[in-house]
Amino acid sequence: MGGVAADLEDRLKALMLRGQAGDTAAWRELLSVLSGRFRTYFARRMDAGSPDVEDLVQETLMAVHRRHMTYDPSQPFTAWAHAVARYKLIDHWRRARVRKHVPIDDVADWLSDNATAEEGAVRADLDKVLSVLPERQRALVRDVKIEGLSLAEAGKRMGVSEGAAKVALHRAMKLLTQGVLKT
Amino acid sequence: MKTEDLIEALALDTAPAKAVSPRLAVAAVLGGLMAFALVALWLGFRPDLAQAPSTRMFWMKAFYTSLLALGGFWAVERAARPMGSPRKGMILALSVFFLWVALCVWRFMGAAPADRMPMLMGQSWRICTLNILVLGLPILAATLVVVRGLAPTRLTLAGAAAGLFSGGLGATIYGLHCPEHAMAFVAIWYTLGVAAVTAIGALLGPWVLRWR
Repeated sequence: MGGVAADLEDRLKALMLRGQAGDTAAWRELLSVLSGRFRTYFARRMDAGSPDVEDLVQETLMAVHRRHMTYDPSQPFTAWAHAVARYKLIDHWRRARVRKHVPIDDVADWLSDNATAEEGAVRADLDKVLSVLPERQRALVRDVKIEGLSLAEAGKRMGVSEGAAKVALHRAMKLLTQGVLKT
Repeated sequence: MKTEDLIEALALDTAPAKAVSPRLAVAAVLGGLMAFALVALWLGFRPDLAQAPSTRMFWMKAFYTSLLALGGFWAVERAARPMGSPRKGMILALSVFFLWVALCVWRFMGAAPADRMPMLMGQSWRICTLNILVLGLPILAATLVVVRGLAPTRLTLAGAAAGLFSGGLGATIYGLHCPEHAMAFVAIWYTLGVAAVTAIGALLGPWVLRWR
């Protein structure tokens, strides 16, 4: 586990403990961070652009909210949150009558974004595809489609409105499609 | 509903929640009372209930089944959490069982051959296991309701752990009715009753414990 993952663990665990005690601000912050993590986690494992992803993010947040007393402070928090998300994903597939195998040890991937060699290769391909875009659009696609930020969050990062981010993202995706079709 | 709005609504709803063990304790008390009522109204207390607590075997038997229940409690307390493992509690229950069997074998070898069959079969071997099963079921129902409100992710194991806990507690309460006092009898027929409730819990788990 790298330094970034350990920092994240410490930060989220502290928020969870305060939230368990009824701290509203800590709880809001924890749920916001988790929503981004959940979005990335589900988006990677489901069809791109499926509306189910956001539904599942919300369901998982509700589960975290209603079942937070099942977190035992002597255990790692990120493993707990990952287990809840994984349960929700499997439950979703079961209801959708899809049989898939979710590896139980993908918690490392949950913590860090470049966990495996395979992912490194995917990352390199991704960089090549994204290289057709101008800098700002590239950052936007990364933030929204890969990191799982919302349009509003990504817009704030770039200093533009949600609407502007949406339009820019749409243009970028169009450019990307053309770029991929050409090669 | 937008996710940001949901987060805002949930944040405003924050409140400390009752921990896992007290919730399970509520199930134990409610289910235990139902099992106690079944003994009082249906099976009847053992006729020598007033004198029995002065015998060592009354407490040995209660100690054995209570330890099975304790192992079950520990197991279900863990298994009701995401990725929680009931292993330690189950190992405790199994160890207690094997220790009991070892004591039995030692006693059994010391007994006269003519006494051995009565030690095994007692007076009530036909009904003992079934009665423990019946007493365990209301406790199992209460426990499963509580566990469903928590967050088990391995549902068969969580169901089995709930069954072990309920069976152990049911068997302990059954001791108020059943006057059998041979260790070998308890080792076979009581344990079978607890195992039956455990198996039913394991079978029901994937159906009943699925939470949304």
